[in-house]
Amino acid sequence: MKILVLIGNVPDTTTKIKFNADKTAFDTNGVQWIINPWDELALTRAMELKETPGSGVESVTVANVGKQDTEATLRKALAIGADKAIRVDSEPKDAFFVASQLAQVAKGYDLVFAGIEASDYNGSAVGGMLAEMIGIQSVSGVSNLQIEGSKAKLVREIEGGSQTVSLDFPLLAIVQKGIAKEPRIPAMRGIMMARTKPLEVITPVDTDIRVSFASFDLPPAKAACKKFTEDQVNQLVHALRDEAKVL
Amino acid sequence: MSVLIFVDNTEGKIKKAGFELASYGAALAKQAGENAIAVSLGKVESDELQKLGNYGITKVLTADDARFASLDNQASAKAIAAAANQTGSKIILLAHNNFGKAIAPRLAVKLQAGLVSNVVGLPVSLDPFKVNKHVFTGKAIGHAVIHTPVKVLTLSYNSFGLVENKVNVTFEAFDPGLTNADFGLIIEQTQTVSGKILLSEAEIVVAGGRGMKGPENWSGLEELASVLGAATACSRPVSDEGWRPHSEHVGQTGKIIAPNLYFAFGISGAIQHLGGVSGSKVIVAVNKDPEAPIFEAADYGIVGDALKVIPEMIAAVKEIKG
Ligand SMILES: Cc1cc2nc3c(=O)[nH]c(=O)nc-3n(C[C@H](O)[C@H](O)[C@H](O)COP(=O)(O)OP(=O)(O)OC[C@H]3O[C@@H](n4cnc5c(N)ncnc54)[C@H](O)[C@@H]3O)c2cc1C
Repeated sequence: MKILVLIGNVPDTTTKIKFNADKTAFDTNGVQWIINPWDELALTRAMELKETPGSGVESVTVANVGKQDTEATLRKALAIGADKAIRVDSEPKDAFFVASQLAQVAKGYDLVFAGIEASDYNGSAVGGMLAEMIGIQSVSGVSNLQIEGSKAKLVREIEGGSQTVSLDFPLLAIVQKGIAKEPRIPAMRGIMMARTKPLEVITPVDTDIRVSFASFDLPPAKAACKKFTEDQVNQLVHALRDEAKVL
Repeated sequence: MSVLIFVDNTEGKIKKAGFELASYGAALAKQAGENAIAVSLGKVESDELQKLGNYGITKVLTADDARFASLDNQASAKAIAAAANQTGSKIILLAHNNFGKAIAPRLAVKLQAGLVSNVVGLPVSLDPFKVNKHVFTGKAIGHAVIHTPVKVLTLSYNSFGLVENKVNVTFEAFDPGLTNADFGLIIEQTQTVSGKILLSEAEIVVAGGRGMKGPENWSGLEELASVLGAATACSRPVSDEGWRPHSEHVGQTGKIIAPNLYFAFGISGAIQHLGGVSGSKVIVAVNKDPEAPIFEAADYGIVGDALKVIPEMIAAVKEIKG
């Protein structure tokens, strides 16, 4: 069994979001980049599966669409334990573009992991698009995945609950929190080994751009918080009813 | 020409998100000068479908096929694509819920459409097609432009609201032409939480953080939630420690919610937490540290001990609710 994990390169979760002067692009000055949090959990689960005796997982590959500056993120994925990395050499233009690039490399895997969304543009799109392009089943909102012989057993979230489902490989699992307990942190040995692991660079294919951003805005600033003391709970509740009109 | 609205169901019932999407779809159809047509997959009670007429839907295509109960992503996307082709729809709408999120990207590929998810309002313009969406987990709004003739949108919950608009609704049986081979997914077990207000649908949410000290203190929060008719939520460390289930974790890596009223008890207001809740219309913070960042995001606050405030708040709410 071969596993592929899609790796998004996103701003650190503590990044203060700012845009350029004409508000047409995200200002990347001083931004620290990380593995998209759900992709990091997916990779952790992929490594756990590989280490499980009898799971039959031979290799874990990671893939990203990005320019050379995303290689630090891919090296981190290799340090966590992936055997090989693939980078499609292009800016990630929109979800359709990214999925089209990944479709070049995602064939031939039994299990592909994607994250439920990327923490930057919140698209929730690349995983499902890729599954459709390469013609395999997808399950979304996955918080648990086990390999049981030739089948995968997954837990997914549905409205108001959760569901255990099973299906045949090949399959693309779009994961959320719970898929692994904590993201794995690279150990010194892993970091050393990552330097010599293969990182293949692939030329992008041409596709049309379907969605773009004309501009961005920050949410309007909030008015100052109205503060009450511990013994004014009553006043607060009345303000919620009479002033804010939410009770 | 029409706007096609995919209304999903949970065990035969349409949730509030479905009616909100119907309201949005009807308004968008009006803006575009088209009809608002819904498509429903699986067995749905007929009086549930009838209710779509209360929100401006003039026609419902019903694929009354029990196999759709498995919420198979591939099969459902195929069926909705067939409905879009049959109705000649150029705009297809889904809720940004678990299921909508799962199938919209597949559908967009099938229809060669541009997809914008997490949309927060009606298009700003139809030509070019420009619509606003959440980006950076609620920390900003992006003005997205779709360049393809066919468009797929998923609507962020509680961003539009229910708009009553009673019209005459007709029903038409619809056969998407699927075979058993299209349904690959087998359901082994379903666990649903009954009798509780869903976090994703709640108008009021009561959340606790590490400042609640321990799981034993949640009975007060649950009682407050029950008198308010609210759902309960928590910060990430609370679910990581196992004080509360993962399904209650809100924030950047958990659920993103936008209720009308959000209470944060003993939550510091870390940037990752705020990302998931800043879409709330009114935020109330209770924290004993007057410098806690949550007060910068809050509209109302109490500087004090959450464990003391909760019982008093229960009493005060009971009093005004009579
Ligand atoms: C990649 C990444 C993703 C993350 N995603 C999320 C996410 O999705 N959601 C999330 O919530 N966090 C997330 N976090 C964690 C986040 O950074 C914070 O650590 C977390 O939100 C803090 O939780 P808390 O407010 O409950 O606890 P703390 O930060 O410990 O705050 C507890 C608060 O309670 C107050 N307090 C203590 N006792 C009392 C009392 N008796 N009465 C009233 N107040 C009291 C304190 O003053 C303090 O402000 C993420 C972190 C990372 C690195």
